[in-house]
Amino acid sequence: MSRKSKSSEKGLTEKNRLVPIYIFGKRYEVPENLTIQKAMEYVGYQFVRNCGCRGGICGSCVTEYRTPGSYKLKIVLACQAVVEPEMQLTQIQFVPSHKEAYDLDILRGDDSVLVKVYPELLRCVQCNTCTRVCPQEIDVMSYIAAAMRGDIKEVAQLSFECIMCGTCASKCPAELSQHQIALLARRIYGRYILLPSQNLQRRIREIEEGKYESVLDTLVKLDTEGLKDIYSQREQEPQDTSGWKPQNEDFPGDQLT
Amino acid sequence: MAYPESMMGSIKRLEATREKRIEQQIPRLSLAEREALLKRYHPDYREGVKREIQVGVNRGENIPNELADLFEGESMVDVDHFDLSNPKYEADVLVVGGGGGGATASIFAREKGAKVILATKLRIGDSNTIMAEGGIQAATSEYDSPALHYLDTMGGGGFHNHPELVRALAHDAPLMLDWLTQLGVMFDRRPDGEYLTSFAGGQCRRRVHSAADYSGLEMMRVLRDELFAREIEILEFTSAIELVLDESGRCAGAIFLNLDTREQFLVKAKTVILATGGIGRIHIQNFPTTNHYGATADGLVIANRAGAKMVFLDATQFHPTGTAYPEQILGLLVSEAFRGWSAHLVNGGGERFINELETRDITSSAVIREVTGRKRGIETPTGMVGVWLDTPLVDIVKGVGTINRIFPHLFHRFKSFGIDITQFPVLVYPTQHYQNGGIEIDINGESTVENLFVAGEASGGVHGRNRLGGNSLLDIFVFGRRAGITAALRSKEINSRRLTLQHVREYHDALKELGIGKKLKAPLILPDYRFERALTRVHQ
Repeated sequence: MSRKSKSSEKGLTEKNRLVPIYIFGKRYEVPENLTIQKAMEYVGYQFVRNCGCRGGICGSCVTEYRTPGSYKLKIVLACQAVVEPEMQLTQIQFVPSHKEAYDLDILRGDDSVLVKVYPELLRCVQCNTCTRVCPQEIDVMSYIAAAMRGDIKEVAQLSFECIMCGTCASKCPAELSQHQIALLARRIYGRYILLPSQNLQRRIREIEEGKYESVLDTLVKLDTEGLKDIYSQREQEPQDTSGWKPQNEDFPGDQLT
Repeated sequence: MAYPESMMGSIKRLEATREKRIEQQIPRLSLAEREALLKRYHPDYREGVKREIQVGVNRGENIPNELADLFEGESMVDVDHFDLSNPKYEADVLVVGGGGGGATASIFAREKGAKVILATKLRIGDSNTIMAEGGIQAATSEYDSPALHYLDTMGGGGFHNHPELVRALAHDAPLMLDWLTQLGVMFDRRPDGEYLTSFAGGQCRRRVHSAADYSGLEMMRVLRDELFAREIEILEFTSAIELVLDESGRCAGAIFLNLDTREQFLVKAKTVILATGGIGRIHIQNFPTTNHYGATADGLVIANRAGAKMVFLDATQFHPTGTAYPEQILGLLVSEAFRGWSAHLVNGGGERFINELETRDITSSAVIREVTGRKRGIETPTGMVGVWLDTPLVDIVKGVGTINRIFPHLFHRFKSFGIDITQFPVLVYPTQHYQNGGIEIDINGESTVENLFVAGEASGGVHGRNRLGGNSLLDIFVFGRRAGITAALRSKEINSRRLTLQHVREYHDALKELGIGKKLKAPLILPDYRFERALTRVHQ
C-alpha cells in the first residue's frame, strides 16, 4: 500500500481498544477490529493447519464460536470474520467425509446417478442444519432435496459457491457428505448437461488439422522488431461486440506470407 | 454507511462523472509510451530493491532482495548425516505442489502408467490456483486464433518471452479448455453452449473463459476429485526442503519435512516435477499480496541449489486492483474481469487516467503514478491511499444483476464488511500477484537439470516480464500436462542410481567462502505473522 508516513504503519490498532476472546478456552486480549485469523496470529499462533488462502475461498479456517448470553453456535471463516468481545472459539482441522471414486466417462447424466453413487442421500431428515451452518450461506438442504429428486442442474447451481470446507458433513445427523454429492452433480452438469461449444469443437479440429502450424512457426522465428510491427497492427475487438467483424480476418497470416 | 464520511466526497465526484466517462475513449499507449511509464513508476525499476546472486548457477542474476536473502540461506537438512540409502517412498514421478499445475502433471503422468506421488505443503488444492478469479485464456471464438493469442502474450511480456513456450501455450489452449470441460468444469456458458468470454488487459480479442469469479476454485475442485478417482498417492502437510541428485547431476528425488511431526524423510524418484507456485508471501518491497499462505518461493530456493537456471526473477507482477479498504481484506484480489466487464479506474477527482485494459504492469504503474506522482489518490482514515474501481458501472452498462451473476465471490466478501459493490466503488491499489519469471524450462517443462521438470508459476520464460490475465490458469494445464507426460515416459528409461547431496554441500561452501548470507534457513515454508507483525498492513 502507499503509505503517508511510517507512523500509520499500524493502522489496524489506531484508536482501537483491546477486547477479550477465548481461543480453545484460553483468554487473550486482542485489538477489536482484527479478523479472527489475525487475532490468533497477534497472540502468537503460527498456523500450519487452518490457514490457506486468507481470502475466503479455500475453506481451511472454519471457526465455531459462541458469545455469552446466547445459545447460538456461529460458524464463520476466520480470515473473513472480525472478532467479537468474549467470543469462545474453536477450529476444526479436518472433516472426514464419504467420497466415492468414479469415472465420469462411465457415469451418465441420468437423474438417478446421485442416488446410485451416494445412496445415503435418502437418509436426509430435512432438519436444515446444513443450511444453517454453511459459512458460505448456501442453501444446502434445498440442493440435497434437489439431489433426491434427481435435479442435477438445480444441485449444481445452488451449490456453485461451495468451498468444500465440509462443515455441513460434520454436523449432519443423517451423516451425509453434502459437499461431495454436490461436487459430483456439478461435474455431471458441466460434462453432460451443458451443451457443447461449436466454436471450440471447430477450433480443435483446425488445430488438429495443422491450420495454425505455419503461422505460429513464422511468428516464432520473427525478430523482435518484426514482431513489434505485427503486434502494433492488431485490430482491437470492441467492448460491444455485437455484429463486429475484423476488417482483416486473415491477420496476422496475411502479413507474414 | 459503506465508507467513512471523509471518502464520500470523492465517491460523489465519481458518480457525477459516470455518464460522461461511459462515452469517453482512452486510446491504448504506444510501445514507447508504455516503456517510459514502466521505467518511471513500476516497482521493478526502483533503486536499491534488488541485488546480484553471487553463488551458484544463477550467479550474476539480479533478483529482489527478499528472494536473494532466501537464496543465500542454508539448508534445513543436515547434509553430512542425512541417510540417503533409506527412502521412505519411491516413485516413478514425484510431483511437488498441490495446486493446478501439480494436479494436472500427476493426472497425465498416471495416465502414462507412472507410479505418482504428489507431495504438498498444505492441503491438496491450497494454492494460488484456487484464488484465480478471472479465468483461462484460449482462442476459441470465431475471429480469434492461436496466432493472435501468441501476439498478445508476447506483447504483454515485453517481447521477452521465450517464443517456443508461448507457441506451446497458445497452441494447446483450446485443447486444455476442452479437457477441463470434459472433466466437468462448469464454465460460464450461453444457452447455446458457447462460452461466455471476457477481456483481460492486453488482449485484442475477448478470450477469458470463466466460472463466475470462482474460476480457479471450480477447476481445483474438479482436479482434486479426479486425483482421488485415479488413486494417486497424496502426502499433505509435507514440504519439500531439498532436491536430491544422482552422481551425474540428474534429479532423483527430494527430502521432505512432515509439518505435523517435523520428521525429515526422503522420496526417491526417477523424475521430479516442481509445481511449487509463487512468492507473494515473501512480500517483495513490503507489498501486500493476493497469494495464498504457502507462496514462499520454496521451489525456487531448492531448484537454485540443485543448479537449475532461472529467468526473469527480477520481474514481479503487481496486480493493479488489490483491495485497499477495508483493512481486514487488504490485498484481496479484485478480479481483472471487472475491467473486462467495463468498470473504470477513477482518481479522487472523478477522472479516468488509463485505458483499463492495458496490461497489468502498465495499469499498475498508472495507478502508482496517480497516487504518488500526481497525488490524485483517495485516502482512508488510517492513511492508506488508493484509487476507485467503479464497480457499479458494470451493472449500469451490462445490466442490473451482472455483478451478482459474474462476481458472487467478491460481492459476498465486500458485503460482509458492509460494502455493496453494486452501489459503491471499491478502493484499490497494486498488490504483489505473480512471479513472472522462474525456473527456465523447455517446451516439455524440463529445467536445465535433467529429469527435473517445472510447471506453473515456479517456471519462467512463458510470460516474459509480464503475464497477461488468464494466462496462468492456462499455463498450469498446458505445462502441467506436457511435464507430466514427458516425466512419465522418461521414468521408464531410468535405472537405479546413487543419490547425493553434494550440490548442497558445495552451495554451503561457496556461501561460506564469500562470507555472505544471514544464516537464515531456507526454504521459508511458511510466513511468520505472529505478534506485532499481525498488525502491519503488509501481512494481511
